[in-house]
This record gives sequence, structure tokens and C-alpha cells, in this order.
Amino acid sequence: MTERSGAKKGSGLRDMSVCLGDWRLDDPVIPASGTFGFGYEFSEYYDINMLGSIALKGTTREPRYGNPLPRIAECREGLINAIGLQNPGVKKVMEEELPKLRSVFHKPSIANISGFSIDDYVYTASCFDELPDIGILEINISCPNVHGGGMAFGQDPAQAASVCEAVKRSCKKPVYMKLSPNVTDITAIASACEAAGADGLVLINTLLGMRIDPRTGKKVVSTGAAGFSGPAVKPIAVRMVYQVYEAVNIPIIGVGGIETADDVIEMMYAGASAVEVGAANLVDPYACYDIIRELPLKMEEYGIDRLSDIIGKAH
Amino acid sequence: MHKKVKYRILYNSQIADRTYRMRLSGDTGDIKAPGQFINIALPGFYLRRPISVCDWDQEGLDIIYKVVGDGTRLMSELSEGFELDVLTGLGNGFDLSAVKKGETAVLVGGGVGVPPLYGLAKRLMAEGVSVKAVLGFNESPQMFFEKEFSELGAEVHITTVDGSAGIKGFVTDAMKELSFDHYYCCGPMPMLRAVHRLCREKGAEGELSFEARMGCGFGACMGCSMETLSGTKRICKDGPVFKSGEVSFDD
Repeated sequence: MTERSGAKKGSGLRDMSVCLGDWRLDDPVIPASGTFGFGYEFSEYYDINMLGSIALKGTTREPRYGNPLPRIAECREGLINAIGLQNPGVKKVMEEELPKLRSVFHKPSIANISGFSIDDYVYTASCFDELPDIGILEINISCPNVHGGGMAFGQDPAQAASVCEAVKRSCKKPVYMKLSPNVTDITAIASACEAAGADGLVLINTLLGMRIDPRTGKKVVSTGAAGFSGPAVKPIAVRMVYQVYEAVNIPIIGVGGIETADDVIEMMYAGASAVEVGAANLVDPYACYDIIRELPLKMEEYGIDRLSDIIGKAH
Repeated sequence: MHKKVKYRILYNSQIADRTYRMRLSGDTGDIKAPGQFINIALPGFYLRRPISVCDWDQEGLDIIYKVVGDGTRLMSELSEGFELDVLTGLGNGFDLSAVKKGETAVLVGGGVGVPPLYGLAKRLMAEGVSVKAVLGFNESPQMFFEKEFSELGAEVHITTVDGSAGIKGFVTDAMKELSFDHYYCCGPMPMLRAVHRLCREKGAEGELSFEARMGCGFGACMGCSMETLSGTKRICKDGPVFKSGEVSFDD
């Protein structure tokens, strides 16, 4: 990690702001859904208003306990998780969690919405659509840890499009579809979402992985297969963001293995307008803080005056 | 940086079979109660290792850990002077105010569930609470801290599963005859269940510290969630200590 006090130099001269449609973010760093809870608890570590935004914990229509323990297994340069969308349901999120977030975070946040039917998605998205401090509806069609929904919608272009269309029809806010990497051709899904009216895309969700304990021969997490994330997946995420950038004309939020300011810059060169930081938050609650402090230093080092200038410039 | 600190290893030595005691020096200002834990980053390992605090003072803290895998094996090989990146003061810890001066608390620990009870015993006794310690191990080579608890002035009961030291059997076998006002328990899940059941039969209230495979250790990932009578809780953030009336073992 870099020296925390070092970022002051030049930080005033470097423009880190980026745009997601009409929404201007102070910087491109957004904690990814499922790695930051509903945000407010991180304010005991630092002022979370330095974040570009926050992608909230994945929310469903009804409360969910999630999968049995163990839900986590360590891997080299990453982890697999099978949380299973534990959340208190959209009603409690709106009544109990969001007021706590509002008391410490004064920017729009990103609602992350999961479902088991198109109806579910529309219901939950419509609830968040009413809230003035939600900037984007992030529609998760890529959770690998639930059956009969989640990722199933994200593995078929026609189904992805039908979720997107249905949510677009009933909501006013920008709709960003969060895509699964567990597909043969992610550009086909991306293009189908764009054609169905998506305002943007978020990629990638976790890759399906598995760990088996060599001592016992047993699968380590309760579900067997589970979502793999961490720095090990970054090259896959960068490649997919690069491919999707060529295939669509809507903004992309790049996610996957980002840990440093260099990773942010790399992802933006590939085509991301903003980034989400996931697994790194679980290893270090200061991960996003460190990245945001380091960004202006790296911009200065590389001669980047405006961060938004580099979006897609690797093409 | 609140809660994220550098701790330097002052010593790291074996005290029982696969069991090590490590003394760390650094800022302990965030540790508020016995039963809290620290989460240690190890070079070459992605996730941190959560280890409960055995005892602490202004200069540093002690942890006792068992080698159970590659990460803890590496930990056991670290030498004096090595600097660790640590999240400190995590979890809620035991409630000392649950027992009053002149009352008796029984502290029940199994294996590496024993260490946090040491810091607890010390602080309870400083408050004038009378402490009985029931320390359970599988076999005598794994035993530790009998002397340390005795030196505090606690009444110590040892149990081993194979009978190689103390009472042959489980901690509950030693607890049956004991009288106490409140209990504190830390150990593996089957032990927590058995102690919880026994104390319910005795009509005693207490607190139990849970262990789980954790992702982050500070409440962000929901990797260690547990159903309680007051809703779904995170062992790392809402726990690891829960009141006996709050937990349910479905028995």
C-alpha cells in the first residue's frame, strides 16, 4: 500500500470526475454490491463521501437468509463465495438500511436488484425507482449462488433482454444490467441488453469456481460451486470490458479484481466509464480509500489530466 | 488509521501440541472488551486470519492460535520483529457488567476457545467477581493455561476427552456440580450446544462466543451469518459473543 499522506500533491489539479449518462461522479471508484453492505458501517473507518458512489447489497423482493455455512473459501489471489443474496428484503432495506446510509452518505447510490422472476425484478426495481437518492438501478442477472433465477437470466440474450425491457418499461431511472462472465459470448448478452433499452452495463460478476479440501476430499463451501473473485479474475474482466466496449455504445462500469489505482486506469483504458471494487473491500476496509488517494498520483505520473479522457483509449 | 494497525511480533513460541502463543506490540486502543478478535494479513494469503485476543495492555496483546492449515502454519514460522498488517478491535466481546461484585462466574473454554477467557477472567476478578474456569481439551499434550488461570486465583477444572489429565470427559461433565451466577463460554459448536443446553436446564444465563469461517471479519460480506432468536446476525460484527437467551441450537 502507498503512503496515505502522499496523495495531496497534485490532487487539486487532476480531474478524476467521470460521467455515467447525465450523472457526474466525483471519481470513478464505487464499492461493488455485496462487499460493502449498505455502506454506513464503513463510515466508522473513513468519510465514505469520498467514494464516487456505492453499489448497495443485492436486494430481493422478499427477505433471504442465503446459503448454509460455510459460504467462503480462500483461493490464491482471490476467494469463492456462496452468500446466496442474504438480505432483509426491499421493504426493510428502504425502511431501515437506507435511512442509516443517508445519515452518513450524501450522494446518490446504486441499487442492486435480484430476482427469481421478471415480476420480482420489476417489483423491487420499482420500489427503488421512487427514491430520489438512487442514481442507477443495477439489475443483477448474474448471481451464481441462487437457483431458479439470478444468473439464469444472464446466460441467454433473449431472457436478459426481457428482464431489461420489463424493468425499463416500469422505471424512470437509468437501468444498468450486471452481466455474468459465465457465458460463451458476453457481447451477445451485452448487445441484447442495449437493444432492450439498457442505459448501461456492469461487468463482470463472479466466475463460477469450486474448491475441494485436499485433506478431506470434500467441497469447501456448502453449495460446491460458487462465485470466484479477486485479483486473479482481473485479466478476464479487462478482456470482457474491452470486448463489450467494441460491441455497444452505452457506458460500462468495469468490475473484477480491482485493487489499485493502476487497476482502475487499466479498466478505464479498456472501456469502463467507472469501476466497482469488490473483493478488495473484504481484505481491507480501506481499499477504496487507498485507491482514491492514489489515483491523482498515478494520473500525474502518467500525464493524465482528466481521467475521463482515457476511457476506451486502448482500442 | 482507525482499527488498521501494524503489530510487531515480540515472541512467537509453541506452548502445546500445534498451539502457539504470540505477543504483538502496537496500538491496542481499539480493543474494548475481552472476546474481541484481530484479523491478521499474512504474506501470500488472500484472506486475513481471525484470532481472538487472549489478553492485552497498553503496549500490546497476546494471541494463542492453533496450526490448522497453511496460513496458521506460516504464522507459526514468523520470527520476532516481523511486522503484521492487522485489523484490530473487531467484534463485540463479552459483557463484564452481566455479573456483579461478589457473584460467581464460570468460564468454560474448549481448546483454542480458552484464550479469550483468560483476559476475561483477569478483568472479572479485578471487579471482585469470583471465577471458576472449566478448560476442556482432547488430550493432555494439547493442554495450556491451567497454571495461568490458577495464578490469577481462579478455581480451575480441567477436562480431557481421553482422560489423560483432569476429569475424563467433556466440559459439561465438570460443570454439572458447579454452582455459579453467570456463564461465559467459548469453543467449538458441539461444545457451545452442550453447554447451552446444560445451563438452560440449570436455569443459568450466560454468553457464548461463536467461531465461523469468515470472509472479511468486519461485517461486509455476510460470510458468517447465523440465525438467532432476534434475527439473522453476523458472527464477526454482531458477535462473536451472543447472549444465551438469543441463540437457538434447534434442540
